[in-house]
Amino acid sequence: MANSETVTAPKTVNLEPKKLTTTGSLAVIDALLSESVDTIFGYPGGAIMPIYDALYDFNDKLNHILVRHEQGAIHAAQGYARVSGKTGVVFATSGPGATNLVTGLADAQIDSTPLVCITGQVFAHLLGTDAFQETDIINITMPITKWNYQITDASEIPEILAKAFYIAKSGRPGPVLIDITKNAQLQLFEYIGYRPCIHIRSYRPEPIVRKEYIEKAAALINNAKRPFVIFGQGVLLGNAENEFKNFIEKAGLPAAWTIMGMSAMPTDHPLGVGMLGMHGNYGPNVLTNECDVLIAVGMRFDDRVTGRLDKYAKQAQIIHLDIDPAEIDKNVQTTVPVWGNCKETLPLLTELLDTKTHPEWMNEFEIRKEKETTTLIHKELNPTDGELTMGEVMQVLNELTEGDAVIVTDVGQHQMVACRYTKQNISRSNITSGGLGTMGFALPAAIGAKFGAPERHVIAIMGDGGAQMNIQELGTIMQFKSNVKILILNNSFLGMVRQWQELFHEKRYSFTDIQSPNFVKVANAYGIDGKQISKREELKASLKEMLDHPNSFLLEVAVLHEDNVFPMVPQGKGVAEIVLSKEEI
Amino acid sequence: MKKEYTLSVYTENQVGLLNKIAIIFSRRKINLESLNSSPSEIDKIYRFTIVIIETEAVVNNIVRQLEKIVDVFKVFSNTNEEIVWQQMALYKVPTSIIMKEVKVERLLREYGAKAVVIREDYTVFEATGQDEEINKLLTELGKYGLIEFVRSSRIAIIKSSEGVHKKVLDMEKNDPTKKPINNEFLNHKSMIFQM
Repeated sequence: MANSETVTAPKTVNLEPKKLTTTGSLAVIDALLSESVDTIFGYPGGAIMPIYDALYDFNDKLNHILVRHEQGAIHAAQGYARVSGKTGVVFATSGPGATNLVTGLADAQIDSTPLVCITGQVFAHLLGTDAFQETDIINITMPITKWNYQITDASEIPEILAKAFYIAKSGRPGPVLIDITKNAQLQLFEYIGYRPCIHIRSYRPEPIVRKEYIEKAAALINNAKRPFVIFGQGVLLGNAENEFKNFIEKAGLPAAWTIMGMSAMPTDHPLGVGMLGMHGNYGPNVLTNECDVLIAVGMRFDDRVTGRLDKYAKQAQIIHLDIDPAEIDKNVQTTVPVWGNCKETLPLLTELLDTKTHPEWMNEFEIRKEKETTTLIHKELNPTDGELTMGEVMQVLNELTEGDAVIVTDVGQHQMVACRYTKQNISRSNITSGGLGTMGFALPAAIGAKFGAPERHVIAIMGDGGAQMNIQELGTIMQFKSNVKILILNNSFLGMVRQWQELFHEKRYSFTDIQSPNFVKVANAYGIDGKQISKREELKASLKEMLDHPNSFLLEVAVLHEDNVFPMVPQGKGVAEIVLSKEEI
Repeated sequence: MKKEYTLSVYTENQVGLLNKIAIIFSRRKINLESLNSSPSEIDKIYRFTIVIIETEAVVNNIVRQLEKIVDVFKVFSNTNEEIVWQQMALYKVPTSIIMKEVKVERLLREYGAKAVVIREDYTVFEATGQDEEINKLLTELGKYGLIEFVRSSRIAIIKSSEGVHKKVLDMEKNDPTKKPINNEFLNHKSMIFQM
C-alpha cells in the first residue's frame, strides 16, 4: 500500500489525515513509485508537461532517460524489460509523440513484453476537435496493445494505473497504453492512496491447471521413443529456467530453442540440440518431422518456426504447454494441451516422468550436427582467406565474452548469424525483435538493457541498415554515458533482402545497396570512441578493445558483401526441406 | 466447411469495447452478419450476440482471442441447432393494399404480424421469427408493394446453457483457487477450451 508520505506535497496543498489533495500528475508519480519503478524512458512535450513537472522533484527516486526519438524510448523500455524481467515504463507526449510509439507497441505485443506507456493527451474538452497535437491514440493502438485506456478525470488515475501494471505483467505479458488528458494531469483531487491491483473480475491471466492433462502428457512422454522438446520465450517469461532444466534432465529429452527462447538454458547444455526456425540448425528442423512426441513449452508455433503447417510434425503427438489458451490449437493441432504458467506445470509434469535417457535418438541429432558443421558451419566460423564473415566475428566474440554477455541484435542476416553462433550461458542474454522483426531495435534496446543489467556486458550487434534507423540514440548514450558496446557488421547491403533477391529474384538487387556514413566519425561526433576494421588480423584485438573500453565503443567490421545465411527453410516449404546451401534450392 | 455460428459474449460496460471486439473479426476479414449489444440480466454486464459464417476451427480461435480481451468475461459459440433465436422486423405497406387484397390480410395473420401503426396512407407491421420466416414474409409482401423494411439483429438463448447466469455471477467473486484440480469436464470435449 502506498503511503501518502511518498508524495511530496507542493506548498499550496492541504494535508489532511488519510486524505491528500493532490494533482493527477503527482498521483501518477506516486503510482510509479509504489510499483517499484526505477527507470523511465521518455520524451517530453506539451501535453505531458504537468507530469514532467511533477517528475522534476523525484530525480533521486525515478531515473528518467531522455532519448532522441520516442521509438528509441519504447525500444529501450523493451530492452530493459527483457533483460530484467521488470515492467518497462515509457513517457511520451500526444500527437506525434504517441504515434512514434506504435512500432514499439506492436513489437512488444507480438513478443509479449511487459510495458506501461503513459502518453499525454490534449484537454478533454478538445477531444475530437483536431486540436494541436491531438491523435486518437486509443483507437490507433487498440490492435497492438494488451489493454489501453484514456483517463479524462484525475480521480481515475490510481485505479487505472494499478490495473495497467497488473495487466502488463500478469499472465502473458504485453504492452499497456494509458492516455492521460492534460486537464486530468493538472486537476486537484482527493487522493486516498495507491492500492496495487490484484484481481480484475473479467480477466483470467492464468488458466486453471488441469491435472488430468498433465497425467496424459506424462504418459505420452514416458512411452515415447523419440521425444523432442521445443521451447520459446515462455520459459523466460515464467522465470522457469530451473524447472525446465530439471524437466529435460530427468527424462533425457533433447531440447531446441526458438530465437526468443534462446538462453533459457545455456547454449552448450548437453541436451541442447540447437535452434529452430527458418535459419535454425539442420538437426532440430529435420528431426521435428521424425519425432514421435513433440513437447512445446512456452512457444507459439510461429510460421518462421513451422514452415508449411501441413508438413509440420504430422507424425507426432503434440503436447503444448502454454499460459495463453488462445495459442493452443491456433496453428498446430495439439494432442494434449497443458494450460498454465510453465513454472507451475513443469514441476508437476516432471514429477510424473520416468528417469530416462535416449542415447540413440540424441545421436540422430549428433549426426545431423556433424553434417551441418562439415558442410557449412566450419567454413563460416573459420574462413581461411577472403573477407571477414559474420560467423567468424561471432566466434571470436564468444572467446572474449565466454558466453556471459547480453547480446542485443537488430534484424537481418547478422541477427540470424548471432542467434546461431553466439555462446550464451546466462538467462535473458538474447534480446532481439522476433515476432515483428523491427530494424533499428538494437541500439535503443541495448541502452535499455544496460540500465536493466548494469553489471553485465551489453553488446548491440547490428547491420549497416539497422544501425542507421535509430542512429540518433547515440545521443542518449552520450548524455547518459551508457556503456553499450556497438558492433556494426557492414556488408554495404540490406543483407537479408539481398539474399532473397539472389535466391528467388535472379539477383535483381532492387534498392538493397545501401550507403552508410563513416560510422566511427558519427560516433566520435557523439563523443563515443570507435574503430573500423576489415582485416582478419585486427579482429580479436579490436573486439577486446571494444569490450575492455571503460565507456561506450563502436566497432565497425567490414564483412563479406554477398554472404548468405544457411541453412534455410525456403518459404512455402516444410521444415524437413531445409537446405544447406544455395545449390539445393 | 463454413456454417452459421452465433457468439454470445459477456462483457463489462466499457466505452470502446465494441471497437475492440470488432477488430478481432475485421482483422481476419470476417463479415458480421448480425450484431446485437444489450444489458444482460446482471447489472453492469453486457451481452453481445454476434452472428458469423465461418468454419469451426476459425470460430474456436476467435472465441479464445475474444476471451483474451480484458473486459470480456466469457464467450459461447453455438451453431443454429444449439440455440433458440429470434429477430424482429418492421414492414411498412400502403394501407390501400391491405384494404383491397384479402390475401395480404391473411398473409399477415399467417405470420403473426401485429399492426404497430395504422395511418391513412401506410401501415407498419411488426413480425418476429427466424431469418427464413422474415425473409418469406418479405418476399410475399414485396409482391403486393412494400414501402420500407427494417430487420433487427439476432438475439439468441443457448439451449444447453445450464447455469450460464450462475457462471457469470461467479466471475464477480474473487479468483478461484489456483491449485491443480481434477478435470470436471472429462466427458464434455466441446467445453474444454472455455475457461
